[in-house]
Amino acid sequence: MTIKPEQNLPPRAGFLNGVIVPEQPGKNAIEVRGVRKVFGTGEAQVAALDTVSVAIRENEFFTLLGPSGCGKTTLLRLIAGFDFPSEGEILLYGEDIAPLPPFKRPVNTVFQSYALFPHMTVAQNIGFGLEMLGKPKAEIQARVAQMLKLVKMEALAGRRTSQISGGQQQRVALARALAPQPKVLLLDEPLSALDYKLRKEMQIELKRLQHETGITFIFVTHDQEEALTMSDRIAVMSSGKILQVGAPRDIYDRPAERFVADFIGETNFLKGTVVSKKSGVATVKLASDATVAAGFPEGFDPSGAVTVVVRPEHADLIVDAAKGTVAGILANVVYFGTDTHYHVKLDGGDNFIVRHQNSRSGAVAFAPGAKVGIVFEDDGARILRD
Amino acid sequence: MSITLSKAAMFEAQAEKATSWRNRLLALPALVIIGIFGVLPLLIIFVYSFLQAAPYGGVQWKFSTDAYLNFLFQRDIFDDTLQFTPDFLIIYLRSFLYAVVTTVICLLLGFPTAYFMATRPPAQRNWWVLLITIPFWSNLLVRTLAIMFIIRDEGLINNALMGLGLIEKPITMLYTNFAIQLGLLYSFLPFMILPLYSSLEKLDFRLVEAANDLYATRRQVLWRVIIPLSLPGIIAGCLLVFIPALGAYVTPLILGGGIHLMIGDLIAQQFGSGRNWPLGCAQALILMAAVLVALYFYVRNTSGKIQHG
Repeated sequence: MTIKPEQNLPPRAGFLNGVIVPEQPGKNAIEVRGVRKVFGTGEAQVAALDTVSVAIRENEFFTLLGPSGCGKTTLLRLIAGFDFPSEGEILLYGEDIAPLPPFKRPVNTVFQSYALFPHMTVAQNIGFGLEMLGKPKAEIQARVAQMLKLVKMEALAGRRTSQISGGQQQRVALARALAPQPKVLLLDEPLSALDYKLRKEMQIELKRLQHETGITFIFVTHDQEEALTMSDRIAVMSSGKILQVGAPRDIYDRPAERFVADFIGETNFLKGTVVSKKSGVATVKLASDATVAAGFPEGFDPSGAVTVVVRPEHADLIVDAAKGTVAGILANVVYFGTDTHYHVKLDGGDNFIVRHQNSRSGAVAFAPGAKVGIVFEDDGARILRD
Repeated sequence: MSITLSKAAMFEAQAEKATSWRNRLLALPALVIIGIFGVLPLLIIFVYSFLQAAPYGGVQWKFSTDAYLNFLFQRDIFDDTLQFTPDFLIIYLRSFLYAVVTTVICLLLGFPTAYFMATRPPAQRNWWVLLITIPFWSNLLVRTLAIMFIIRDEGLINNALMGLGLIEKPITMLYTNFAIQLGLLYSFLPFMILPLYSSLEKLDFRLVEAANDLYATRRQVLWRVIIPLSLPGIIAGCLLVFIPALGAYVTPLILGGGIHLMIGDLIAQQFGSGRNWPLGCAQALILMAAVLVALYFYVRNTSGKIQHG
């Protein structure tokens, strides 16, 4: 199922980083129009990208999110110019760049492997792009110094890239790609080689760099948490298609498809049958004979057997099983420090997880084996396309 | 440092010493062979070069620097004065020229070939390496004689060209400078391709993409990324071609017909028909000294550019 090209939609308000901001109509930095990419020939043909259309706005931190093999890196390589689309157009500020070689595109890449030149110093690496553009020496020097300062690497300018740590190499790779002031910066899973703490630091660092430079970032990752925390908007991809494009909140709270809900965050899936529906809310009868009101995405008409999804944090446990929307036996309690997960075996046979945020005051202690009720928050249950 | 630590350090140092000794033993057989059959003959050559030639070959045990004087001068038969005769020097310079031309052309032909091989899918690469090494399966002498049959007046090329009516008289190729150059190129091209290939095969082609991404054109990628990173292979290939090409013996002898001498043939002559062993020894040592000097400058100029592991 593909989503309609973004550019056809009217500008709308949205959540950016959890803050409600009025949508700027803004220019599109990159527009991908009906791009297909096929590898191999004849029988062995594989469509890595299957007619993808998406618009990425100026100054946006845009993330392509999906499991490995979903086509996100292929799309990035098409924008960079390392591969050429089999069909379709890629517009950079309205100009078709799809046929141009990489060295003619004002687009730079931060590689997953960093791909720093081992025979050059840190400063020479950063200055390489400007040098190739034929900039005067003085300008290159000034810009390299500025970049070194931006990524806090001034002290290591003369080092070989083999003499610095992974995190430092990451910064050099960033500085090198930013130095020629590209119109769009492409980042191919740049944080995947770093350990957890460093990755967290670099996530914040990347946001800061994007903010300071005002360059459009297109970020590729398979890490949903990374995507949610850093992005202005996310495109969720699967098997060569874009399933949903939206702000992190949209994607998380209102996933359009089962795959999106499953891939991003944890989700409970409940089987049921639609009994009635009116104005965007359907009444669904679950396996346990309980009924629940569930919202559904626009343009989707659920009927018959459906799957209802509920985020673990959009539900709560109550002692009185009879008052719950659904009820079951508490099977397991898992403590995570910040929160606790309650695994409940529902009466209908489904499994259900409730996430409860821990606090000093402490909540009612539930013991495994107890009969419990579960209530859903308003709009907590949704019906999704499979 | 605490006592336990220093004990540990001592133990470690001892263990290290033991392994380093054992490692040295591994190299011993080769070192013995090099010592006896490499250094000893060189010493004999050195000593002989300062002796007098015996009339029917061999040496007379009388100290003399004649061999070195004879390299550049000839004693007048009547009044014993020394006259500058550049005959040997010309042969040396010509040999250097042959070797340099061979090295340069091998590099120009070998680099694209090695690049092609290194960019094949991994499964195909070994087949290409095998193809390059096929000439080594048979004797150089035989292969050189085969070239002779191809380029001689009634050879394959001339017969074909005359058969097609493109030429009336055969083009003389055998026993010319061209023949020697061709033979040298043919013999030494694999020695250039293989080290270049092993260098290029290790090249991380993502660096090529990175350079492309940073506005480097194909030509700039070649000069700024590929060549600097394959410099170890280029140096190794040039040395492996230049040094043996300079001392080539079989190729100029057969394809040059003994008319266009190279250093190797010249030295061999002194031990054969020339019957002047000291002169042959001196010529060999002069060649060695010249190669060492050339090598010194070559390595000094290029190694500065290799700055990575």
